[in-house]
Amino acid sequence: MAKIKTKDVWIMGIWKENPVVIQVLGICSALAVTNRMDNALIMGAGLIFVTAFSEFTVSILRMHTPKHIRMMVQVLIISAFVIIVDIYLKAYLPNASKALGPYVGLIITNCIIMGRCEVFAQKNRPAISFLDGIFNGIGYTLVLMVVAFARELLGFGTFFGIPVMGQGWMNWVIMIMPPGAFFMLALVVWGVNTVREKQETSESAGEVKAR
Amino acid sequence: MNGLNPFVLFAASIFTSNMILANFLGMCSFIAVSKDIKTSLGLGQAVTFVLTFTTVINYLLYRYVLIPMNLEYLRYIVFIISIAAFVQLVEMIVERQLPVLHHALGIFLPLITVNCAILGVSLFMVIRKYSLVQSVAFGFGSGVGWTMAIVALAGLKKRLNESRVPKGLRGAGITLIITGLMALGFMGFSGMVQIS
Repeated sequence: MAKIKTKDVWIMGIWKENPVVIQVLGICSALAVTNRMDNALIMGAGLIFVTAFSEFTVSILRMHTPKHIRMMVQVLIISAFVIIVDIYLKAYLPNASKALGPYVGLIITNCIIMGRCEVFAQKNRPAISFLDGIFNGIGYTLVLMVVAFARELLGFGTFFGIPVMGQGWMNWVIMIMPPGAFFMLALVVWGVNTVREKQETSESAGEVKAR
Repeated sequence: MNGLNPFVLFAASIFTSNMILANFLGMCSFIAVSKDIKTSLGLGQAVTFVLTFTTVINYLLYRYVLIPMNLEYLRYIVFIISIAAFVQLVEMIVERQLPVLHHALGIFLPLITVNCAILGVSLFMVIRKYSLVQSVAFGFGSGVGWTMAIVALAGLKKRLNESRVPKGLRGAGITLIITGLMALGFMGFSGMVQIS
């Protein structure tokens, strides 16, 4: 197998194979926690932690895990790290823990982590798996932040809880309700796909010219 | 403990706090599978079945094992194991005893373990402190609501095949927009009952 470089992992996780926008994984929480930027940031940080360490652990154990029970082993490893995040939030950020509610626990079933463990960590060395986890987590967090930025700005007129829209601003209540989440994420997906397409066509056009 | 009538809870979990449209749970398989109505209905049935029973099992485990032993923080691991074990068990029993049902649900069962709706309902049940009867109503209602949403989406997607969608929106994007419109429609029910 070709050796994967650190730089490739970086680009793949954040842009080329962004877990949320390109592969449409893990959008349950991407939709649910994005009504406020602080919630989205905490969720993203939790996911980066869990993905990185789960991939690291799965990768260390990859030689010793029997093939037919590997899914179960992965789920258990992920759950253990999610419990750490949950207890940490309860102790140090009780308000955020309450606001996120069951969605912290639902990191377990977030398809991004299972997917990366299965696709990447099962085949690669621990250090690079750890990096892959971090960058996929960052890719996820970035999308969350973009969606949360728009939803909080339009829905509450605030930025990280600081009012920025001035006196006459009418809150768009729809943005903090479920439909707003769906529309916003769809717009982000649309934007990213369009940009990527342009990039690809210009790349191939560039190749033609070079010839 | 909130004293909601189980029937109210059942209706609420279908309409006003629908798992997909209000709580965003089970979106992954929702987007991937909702291609035709028949498949969606099959998956929906399997989800409803598993959801109802795992909610009860997890309620009993939480109430009579975890709480007496002060192990509430282990609930994530315990719930996910009980869900996986239940799905495996059902698959084996159905394969042996009910080949017809296995033919209908078989391929969907393995998908269900990682469906966030199942774990989500169990976690909601713990957070909202439901009683046993309420848990059954909530689990079953959530399953029915999930099925309804996915079947409706499959029907809408069929129409999409004939319409012209902007290039960048094709696939996930347009599905999200349709789901958003459905959520908007379902918000019309929100005056009926509120549970959260």
